[in-house]
Formats: sequence, structure tokens, C-alpha cells
Amino acid sequence: MDLLNAFVALANFVLVPAIAYGSQLALGALGVTLIYGILRFSNFAHGDTMAFGTMVVILVTWLFQSWGISLGPLPTALLAIPFGIAATAALVLGTDRAVYRFYRAQKAKPVILVIVSIGVMFIYNGLTRVILGPDDQRFADGERFIISAREFRNLTGLEEGLAIRTTQGITVVTAVIVVAVLFWFLNRTRTGKSMRAYSDNEDLALLSGINPERVERVTWLIVAALVTIAGVLYGLDKSYKPFTYFQLLLPIFAAAIVGGLGNPLGAILGGFVIAFSEVGITYAWKKVLGHALPESLEPDGLVQLMSTDYKFAVSFVILVIVLLFKPTGLTKGKSV
Amino acid sequence: MSGNRVDTAGASPARTAAMFALVLVLIVGTGLVQSWNSALIILNMGLISAVMALGVNLQWGIAGLFNVGVMGFVALGGLAVVLMGMPPVGETWAAGGARVLGGLSVGAAVIVGAVMVWNRGPKRWRGWMTFGLLVVGFVVFRAVYDAGVEAIESINPASTGYLGGLNFGGSPRTEDGLPLADLFVLLAWPAGGLLAAGAAWIIGKTALGLRSDYLAIATLGIAEIVIAVLKNEDWLTRGVKNVTGLPRPVPYEVTLQQDPGFIERAAGWGTDVTTASTITVKLGYSLLFASVLIVLLILAQLALNSPWGRMMRAIRDNETSARAMGKDVKARHLQVFILGSAICGIAGAMMTTLDGQLTPSSYQPLRFTFLVWVMVIVGGSGNNLGAVLGGFVIWFLWVQVDPMAQWLVGAVTSGMAEDSALAAHLTNSAQHLKLLTMGVILLVVLRFSPRGLLPER
Repeated sequence: MDLLNAFVALANFVLVPAIAYGSQLALGALGVTLIYGILRFSNFAHGDTMAFGTMVVILVTWLFQSWGISLGPLPTALLAIPFGIAATAALVLGTDRAVYRFYRAQKAKPVILVIVSIGVMFIYNGLTRVILGPDDQRFADGERFIISAREFRNLTGLEEGLAIRTTQGITVVTAVIVVAVLFWFLNRTRTGKSMRAYSDNEDLALLSGINPERVERVTWLIVAALVTIAGVLYGLDKSYKPFTYFQLLLPIFAAAIVGGLGNPLGAILGGFVIAFSEVGITYAWKKVLGHALPESLEPDGLVQLMSTDYKFAVSFVILVIVLLFKPTGLTKGKSV
Repeated sequence: MSGNRVDTAGASPARTAAMFALVLVLIVGTGLVQSWNSALIILNMGLISAVMALGVNLQWGIAGLFNVGVMGFVALGGLAVVLMGMPPVGETWAAGGARVLGGLSVGAAVIVGAVMVWNRGPKRWRGWMTFGLLVVGFVVFRAVYDAGVEAIESINPASTGYLGGLNFGGSPRTEDGLPLADLFVLLAWPAGGLLAAGAAWIIGKTALGLRSDYLAIATLGIAEIVIAVLKNEDWLTRGVKNVTGLPRPVPYEVTLQQDPGFIERAAGWGTDVTTASTITVKLGYSLLFASVLIVLLILAQLALNSPWGRMMRAIRDNETSARAMGKDVKARHLQVFILGSAICGIAGAMMTTLDGQLTPSSYQPLRFTFLVWVMVIVGGSGNNLGAVLGGFVIWFLWVQVDPMAQWLVGAVTSGMAEDSALAAHLTNSAQHLKLLTMGVILLVVLRFSPRGLLPER
């Protein structure tokens, strides 16, 4: 029995990856929830918007790398993020003007907007594949580890190592900064307050002279920033492939719904709930249990509840369970 | 649907006839310009797409249910072809068949038991009791199931390593050992419908009470899970190793080419034997698929115009008032969800029969869920003939945009240098232009003709 080693193994294989993954999901889910709260539809093109933004960042990163610009130990992609956000913002604002605005003016039902977003999804997906292709791309550079397993073992003398990759550290730091800025914006600035007012009660907000076009524009800008950052962090941490980003739609939506659609705090909570369950259920607990339990109880098998191939099943089951027992999500979400 | 048009009249018979004549022209045109072989390939997949679109139209167009898990039901239909078409593998059944089935029964029993405990158990303790039952049940399930799976998958994994199907007789062959048509595999089509219906029942029971967006995400998730099962449960489907050589309900080309009677007939038609045999085989499929489509279409039309159809549309247009009239909305939704999914399952089984193999990794949501949605919306949701038309038109475009894009890229890059990286990149990405085209078509139709090519009456 060795609780310290058990904890280090737990941190290495479950806590650190899940916190990083949860931060990425939370950023993605914030975008979904903002669109749902203010533009009032579920945006199926979200995953492909993420893929598009990340693609621009990757292209700019390669350009910088070819010029010899780098951030030293940090990935060059961080420098390229503003360009990705700008391109994505232009894309979503253009889409809003050319496509979504027409249906808003008509006061179309939300489900019509969802179908429209499926068309947009096809277009973004095609764009990304035409420009960069459907394959895996690697764009991470700089230092690989903040602390590697070997360094940790040498430092502490423990049997288990704790590796923290640079990308994981960057993910968490960036996510904290982005969320802090976002909440400051929503709670403290005039525009942010008008956005929340518009989300709570559209008619009342319009009566008080809030300009809906401005609110919608700002929402798309924020969403563009959120998806690009989330996409780049996910791509740095794992790898970039347009189809994977499309599939992220499921855990991201699950996170937003589990947390309560339309509620930003809920989206963050949901992101971590989904990430921790996904990593926890698909992780083989043999090592951790081997340290934590007395020797006589040590497990023979891998103690893996589900194979990693079924990670979508985890988001799905949590989604269904939460919805069956708390139909508006863990925090009180809204419904249009 | 929220059309911006004032006219409420549906598609006139003349318009319908003209549209279908256009499809005929497109397919015959392909035959004349490219080859009859490609025309028949498009026709066959068009027929299958039309069946899928019919299923989705039943759910969305008539009942207003937002199902984006079409791919899952289509894939279950494909699984049915393996289960009905392949002969059972004796060694694997002996090794672990009983264990796996036993494990699955334990799993099912635990879930049923948990639901019963939750519904009937004492209020105070039912949460803990359900949880405890699930945990114990999971451990027992894994203990029984895992060993069986391992035993099955270890037997000859390169060629079998799975349980096989229920085609006990095996497929018939000629005296020379050439394969013959096996009509037994036709049973896979209704079986695919049943499998999909069963899955739809489970999903509907849990997710249909939810709001439309939630239902959409739930079905999206189910479809991914079905694909994950097909990819990873090797004992059932051989996973990514694929099941090939599924029997066919139509003659085989090789057999026809050896048949003296057929050679004589081919000579009579004035074509070489190879072409004649491929065309004959494809025409056989076309006839089978067309009969299924026609039967389903007639049934769907009868249902649409029956009191049941009027009730479904009433529920779709105003759920609250339908409920006030005493209609059981939830039960009707479940019913139509199961029916529509079953039709998608049948289409999936037909498609896998046509392919002759089950390739779990080929199921992509854009192709098998969202493209079917484009078909329904473009064709005209709520109108069965519209959905069928959409199936043909969109499938035709999906296939034919490729050569058009290649041609376009060729024209654009013809001025560039031979070794230009941009030209190579453009040539490579021409194949992805069809996704873009589908998006544009969907958006244009939604904007300028939101009720589709053949609007609902």
C-alpha cells in the first residue's frame, strides 16, 4: 500500500489529462452555450468552425516557422492565434450576414436554424478539406515537457513519475485567462451586460434600446475567439484532424447540455464533468489500485471499465442520465 | 415548415412528373455520355438513398422528429446482412458463443432489473439499490462476457474470429464451384429493419421525451456508439478487418460468363459477355431495390393519407392542441420514430448487400446522416415523392460533382506549370468540393424554396 505513489499515478494518467481536456471542452461548450443563449439555436457547424480556425492557425504557424520566428520553449502556434481568430471572425460574421440573418428576420423556428447550420457545416467542412486536406497535421513545437516523468522521479525519489506536457500547462493557463476575461466582459462591461440582458429576455432588452445587431455581432466575435483557442489547444495537446474536430461536437454539446444550455458557468462545469468521466471510465486503473490497495487485494486485470474506443458512449450516457433526472442540466439552463 | 412563400398549394402532378422525368434524363444521359455501367451504379445507390430519405421524411417531414442518427440505423442494417448472410462458424460458437450470449443476457437482465428497482423499489433506498445492482451486474457481465469474447476472437483471427451468421445452409454453388445467387440473404433486409427498430425503441424510450435539440444530440451520439460497436466488437463483425464475400441475391458475373445459355444471349444483344454480365447483375439489383422502394412508397403514401397520417401532421403542427384532443403524443412519436428508423435499417441492409461487404470504418456521419437530410430537405420534407426525388437528385449530384470538379480544376490548373505545388494541391482537393457543393445546395434551397422541389400539399 502506497498512497503517495497511487496519487502520483492518478495525477499523471487521470487528473492532468482530464483537466487539460476539460478546459478544451469548456471553451468549446462556452461557444455553443453563447450561441444558444443569444442567437437561440444549436449550432451544428461548431466543430467545423473549430477545425477552420485551427487550420488558419496551422497555416500561419508554418509560415512563421519558415521565417524562423519562434517563441522559444512555447509553441509558435500561440503567436498565430490572433490571425486564426481574425480569419474565423471574418468567416462567421460573413456567414451570419449571408445566411443566418435572413432567418432571424423571418423569426424562423430554432430547428430551421439548426438545419441551416448543417448546410453551413458542409461548407466549412469542405473549405477546410479543400484548403488543408483531411489528414492529420502536426504543428506543435518548442519544449515538449514542463516536467517529464524521469525528472519527476529523480526529483522526488518516488516510483511513479508525473509528466506535465507544455501543451497541458498552456491549455490550463490559457483557459483560465480566457474564462476570466470572458466573465469580466459579461459581468462588468456595458456590451457584456447587454448581451446577458438580450439572452435573458429579448423583448425587454429591445425595449430598453439594446441594439440586437451589435449584440449578435459581438457574440459571433467572442465565439470565433473561443473556438479558435479551443481548437488550437486541442490540436497542440492531441493532434489536428478535421474529422476529429467534427466528432468533438458530441462531447462539446454534451458538456453544454449537461451544464445547462445558455449558462456559461454550466458550460465550464459540464466540460469538466464530461472530461473527468471520459478519462476516468476509459482509464485502466490497475496501476493506481495496485499502489492504493493492500497487496492481497491487488487486481489481476486492467480494471478498465470501458475501452477507449467507447469514449463517445460515456458522453452520451452522462448526457442521458443528467437529462432524465435534471431536464435543464446541472445548473438551470434555458429552453427556447 | 416556416415557408416564406404565400402559396400553400403542394406540388402539382405535372410538376412531380416533370421532376421525375428529369431524374430519368439525368440517369439515361449518364448512360449515353459515360457508360451504362455507371448509370446503373448511380441508379442503384439512388434507389437505396431514396429509401433512406423516405425513412427520414417519415420522421421529420411527417412527424417533425429531428433524428441525426441515421448512420447508426443504416449501419445496423449492414450488420443484419452479416448475421443473416454468413454461415455460422462452428469452432467459435463452441469456443465462446454461449458465454458471449450469456454475458449479453446478464447485461440485459441487469438493466431491466435496475429499471424495475428504480420504478418499484422503496423511495428512500432505491437510488442506492439501483446503483449497487448496476455495479454488481457490471462486474458479473464483464466476468462472463470478456472470456467468451477472447476465446472467439483468438480462433483463426485472419479469416474468421467471429461467430458468423445464421445462413446454416451456406450459399449454393454450381458443380464447378462457381457461386450462385442466394435468395436467403434477402431475409437480411427485413432483419435489418427489425434490428434498427429495436435500437430505435430503446433510444425512443429514453430520448423522445426530450426537447428537439436534445433528441438531435442523443441520436448523434447513438449513431457514433453503433459504429464504435461495429468497429470494436470483433466477435460480432470482425471489426475493422471487415466481413467480405457476403452472399448475393442476384447471379454472379463469373458464373454468368461461364453459362453457355447466357453467352448465346449476350451475342444476341450484340455486346461482349463481360459487359453483358455486369449489366445483368446490376439490373437484377435495380429490380430488387425498385420493388422495395415501390412497396415502401405505396405504404408511406397510404399512411400519409390515412387518419393516422392526418393525426401525425396535426401533432407535428401543434403538439399542444393535439394533446388537448386526447392524442398520445409520446406514443405516436415513438411509433413513427421506430417506423422511420426501420426503413433506414432496411436501406442499410440493401446497401451492404450491394457492396458485398461490411466495412465499419466506411460509415461517416456526413455521408450517411447529413447527406440524407439534404436529400429530404431538397426534395421536399413532408412529401414522400419529394423525399424519393431528393434521394435520386442529391445522389446523382454527389457522384457527378466529382468529375465536374476534376474538370474544373483541370481547366484552372491547365495554365500552371507542370510541377506547380498549387496545381497538385488543387487536383488533390477537387474531391472535397462535393461537400462544399452540398452545403451550398442545401442553403440555396432553404433560402429560396424552403419547402423543397416538391412541396408538401
